[in-house]
Amino acid sequence: MKERLLIDQLARLLENPGINHVAVGAASPIPGAAALLARRVRQSGGKSPLQVSIIHGEENNPFTDGGRELFDCAGQGRIDAFFLGGAEIDGGGNINLLGTGTYPRLDKRFPGSYGSAYMYFVVPNIILFRQEHSRRVMVDKVDFISAPGTGPAGVKRTGGPKWLLTERCLMSFDANKSRFCLKSVHPGHTVEDVKDNTGFDFDIAPDCFTTPVPDSQRLAIMENEVASDIAATYPAFAARVFAVA
Amino acid sequence: MTDFLDLDELAGRVDSGALLALPAEYSFVPVSFVLELIKNNIRDLHLLCVPIGGFVADLLIGSGAVAVIEAAAVSLGEFGLAPRFSAAIENGCILARDSTCPAVHTALQAAEKGVPFIPLGGLIGSDITANRDDWKIVDDPLERGGGPIVLIPAIRPDVAVFHAPIADRDGNVWVGKRRELVTMAHAAKSTLVTVEGIVEHSLLSDDMWAAGTLPSLYIDAICEVPKGAWPLGLTGYYAKDSDTLVNYARAAKTDAGFADFLKTVLL
Repeated sequence: MKERLLIDQLARLLENPGINHVAVGAASPIPGAAALLARRVRQSGGKSPLQVSIIHGEENNPFTDGGRELFDCAGQGRIDAFFLGGAEIDGGGNINLLGTGTYPRLDKRFPGSYGSAYMYFVVPNIILFRQEHSRRVMVDKVDFISAPGTGPAGVKRTGGPKWLLTERCLMSFDANKSRFCLKSVHPGHTVEDVKDNTGFDFDIAPDCFTTPVPDSQRLAIMENEVASDIAATYPAFAARVFAVA
Repeated sequence: MTDFLDLDELAGRVDSGALLALPAEYSFVPVSFVLELIKNNIRDLHLLCVPIGGFVADLLIGSGAVAVIEAAAVSLGEFGLAPRFSAAIENGCILARDSTCPAVHTALQAAEKGVPFIPLGGLIGSDITANRDDWKIVDDPLERGGGPIVLIPAIRPDVAVFHAPIADRDGNVWVGKRRELVTMAHAAKSTLVTVEGIVEHSLLSDDMWAAGTLPSLYIDAICEVPKGAWPLGLTGYYAKDSDTLVNYARAAKTDAGFADFLKTVLL
């Protein structure tokens, strides 16, 4: 059920009419499923179509101009939403995908920054998605800034973080205040539990609510159409979560 | 004129100390070729991952072949962290010139155009940029209100290597939509290619093929190596061998495990 709630929540963030093109990077089955759910929901609701571009495998991957095309496409403003994660995420929206310790002699090396240092500047709706919500991940200050949450002043920037979804909650990000704000807490968790597991200060929305579980109609779309849609890209994930053979 | 060589002759064209460009795993990776380099005991490579390294970067690092690695990331993807890469960084054995995907693509495009540097948006405020003394932040030199922007030097690899589905007898190589291979070859001083097979008709005689074909004028030498991407896959030809890659991810967590794995694949 956990995955279904996260897929549903990420999909809702993509159902905003200002989002017409979402791209999904490599190794992102939950964001991929969310993008495919949002596409199905918009289709069934007669709303404007959502272009979903998944950069992993061949299915739903429209690009024909090599590895650079995603970035060129984003740089021109053709991509409205993109997902990023972080080995560390701090209260200023800075993300670290590279490693912990003091650069360059890191204590723990992770893969690296991928395209984050660019995509964070050019995609208007970056959705941060990291399931683990602990003080190890949600830190006061990242050890290495793969991509900065805001600024720097004077630099052309049309993109940045808008949302953070974790196993515990949904937060929004306010670039002017450079702070996260707790919007909803998932069933089984509390505001206190989110605070205890977060290493940075954040605001709490006055109308902070319990994250709703997906309704039966959306669950049906997920189980029927999205399960087979995502199996084309992530067969092992579809088998585990949706029992797609 | 493109030469048709044996695999050992082809691998012999890469010297120790070379700036070697290799593609990411979503593209066409020349695994058999890299194993041949390791057999040759190659050393001091400056490895450019275009733009992400994986299994072969980890193999080269674990074999002690790499002095410097430039990449946006190095990972075994669904099989986890690249263990020899992480260990080499944590122990200070190799120098990482950490980059970001579009910076690698763009630097190769600069070389492709024959210009010394190229601007790229974003990047400012990232610790990647703060640690790249070869990159430079300048104010919009055309004074059109663009604000500060990063200049990235062109990267001209000594050798680019990849494994493609097919070549023809004239030395033209079909890469389909894997256009980063075209950019790599345009940018590099020399390009070596292994292929699954060689066809008898010219790939340039029909536009349907020609549009996805890299002409022989960029290609120095070719070797036919069936299953040359194993245990990685070749899209449209064969799937990756997940069992072998799972075994690697587990074995390569230790020096001894890595050495044992290498022995089995170098047989």
